Amino acid sequence: MIYADNAATTRMSETAIETMTSVMRNEWGNPSSLYSRGQTAKEIIEKAREDIAAVIGAEPREIYFTSGGSEADNQAIISAAELGRKKGKMHIISSAFEHHAVLHTLNKLEKEGFEITLLDVHENGVIVASEVEQAIRDDTCLVTIMYANNEIGTIQPIREIGEICRRKGVLFHTDAVQAMAHIPVNVALDNIDMLSSSAHKYHGPKGVGFLYAKKNIVLTNVIEGGAQERGKRAGTENVAGIAAMAAALKEGIDRMPENAAHMTAMRDRLIAGLREIPHSALNGCSRRRLPGNVNFCFEGIEGESLLLLLDDKGIEASSGSACTSGSLDPSHVLLAIGRVHDVAHGSLRLSIGEDITEEEVDYIISSVKEVVEYLRGFSPIWRDLMQGKREFIL
Amino acid sequence: MALYSEKVMDHFRNPRNVGVIEDANAIGEVGNAKCGDIMKMYLKIENDIVTDVKFETFGCGSAIASSSMATELIKGQPLSEVRKLTNRAVSEALDGLPDYKMHCSVLAEEAIQAALEDYEKRTGVTV
Repeated sequence: MIYADNAATTRMSETAIETMTSVMRNEWGNPSSLYSRGQTAKEIIEKAREDIAAVIGAEPREIYFTSGGSEADNQAIISAAELGRKKGKMHIISSAFEHHAVLHTLNKLEKEGFEITLLDVHENGVIVASEVEQAIRDDTCLVTIMYANNEIGTIQPIREIGEICRRKGVLFHTDAVQAMAHIPVNVALDNIDMLSSSAHKYHGPKGVGFLYAKKNIVLTNVIEGGAQERGKRAGTENVAGIAAMAAALKEGIDRMPENAAHMTAMRDRLIAGLREIPHSALNGCSRRRLPGNVNFCFEGIEGESLLLLLDDKGIEASSGSACTSGSLDPSHVLLAIGRVHDVAHGSLRLSIGEDITEEEVDYIISSVKEVVEYLRGFSPIWRDLMQGKREFIL
Repeated sequence: MALYSEKVMDHFRNPRNVGVIEDANAIGEVGNAKCGDIMKMYLKIENDIVTDVKFETFGCGSAIASSSMATELIKGQPLSEVRKLTNRAVSEALDGLPDYKMHCSVLAEEAIQAALEDYEKRTGVTV
């Protein structure tokens, strides 16, 4: 099998598995216990906190462990909203193609009286920093923009947006779930006030992540019930998961330069190959893009059948088609970059891993070509397009 | 637990009666591209019997499998039987569909009924 869905989750690294199993087996104490078994567990999470802080340019006390990226997004946004509410600032700026952990939290706040501005992400899937500046008002309490998009991989001008927010005195949060350990992320250099991260996107375990929040920011609890995480996130810590996350993150960042170079080359080879398919289009900018992300629309076919046939050929990928989401609408990300429903249903996301080979890339290209051609062969839309009864969109 | 039954996957991987009938005398097309599925059925009706049927489908795995199964169910059948084809018969013949995919079998039923209406319009015969 060729696993090309690393944006969904990654395989745990051996280092992460070893760290996790070793902690589970040997250091199973509760970090809140005062005897030494508990204190040893406490040391493990504090060491992980230091290690994570060091690689992202933060201080250890600015790292809060969570159950993953979604929880971190929820807590960051709710905290900023509560701070804003106290000052009568109830305007939040975000973008139309954020992860649902952000968008659904914003929907909830909107019902509570907050005003939400969703910035245009343009055809190339990249936000324009000056448009963030123009959208900031006196009553803006938060700007939340993802570091890199989860579906189309486009990288946002985070440093510029952060600089603007700092100058304007507005809190800036970024969902860095897809970016972390794949491209350089540094909260100090990037002027980031809050950041969300999830371990399983960089070969760590599922169910663990962290929120970075700059030290002067008072967080609001999403989970109540204990003094863990300096009173801001109750619940006995996922000690093994936290240790494994730190190990995976350090390893990922150590290897990032060589991994990114290889993946970028493989990504570009894949894009070039798929572009040969007539009436197809790459979604999102080809340059400002995560090293492992390829996302295409193919006119005249539907994404789920494409995925099932690729699975038969040993290729695991994903799609933004409605049929794969269980809803009637295709991906909100593809709609946000201006793809119409008709072609958004025919999307394919391939998120390659560090160990992908040139042979595998070539196999993916030939398989996708074959499957697209096969499905078009009995697609009534394709027939209409070919007979001029319907106009090509791509 | 797989997404689909073995039967669905079989009809999806090896769809029966795929293609076009050039001299079809009943054609039904339903669905739309915006929703992500379109089915087109081509029937050849002779002496009130569906002597040949082919389909073209733009859609997900269960849409393709539903189209394929529906063609199997009506091929060689008299129009009186074809008229009675329901989406339930299609989904049951496929050993079931996930709840959120039932509309695919509905589409197959509608495509065939649309073809029968086309036949009535062309011939003036009431099926």
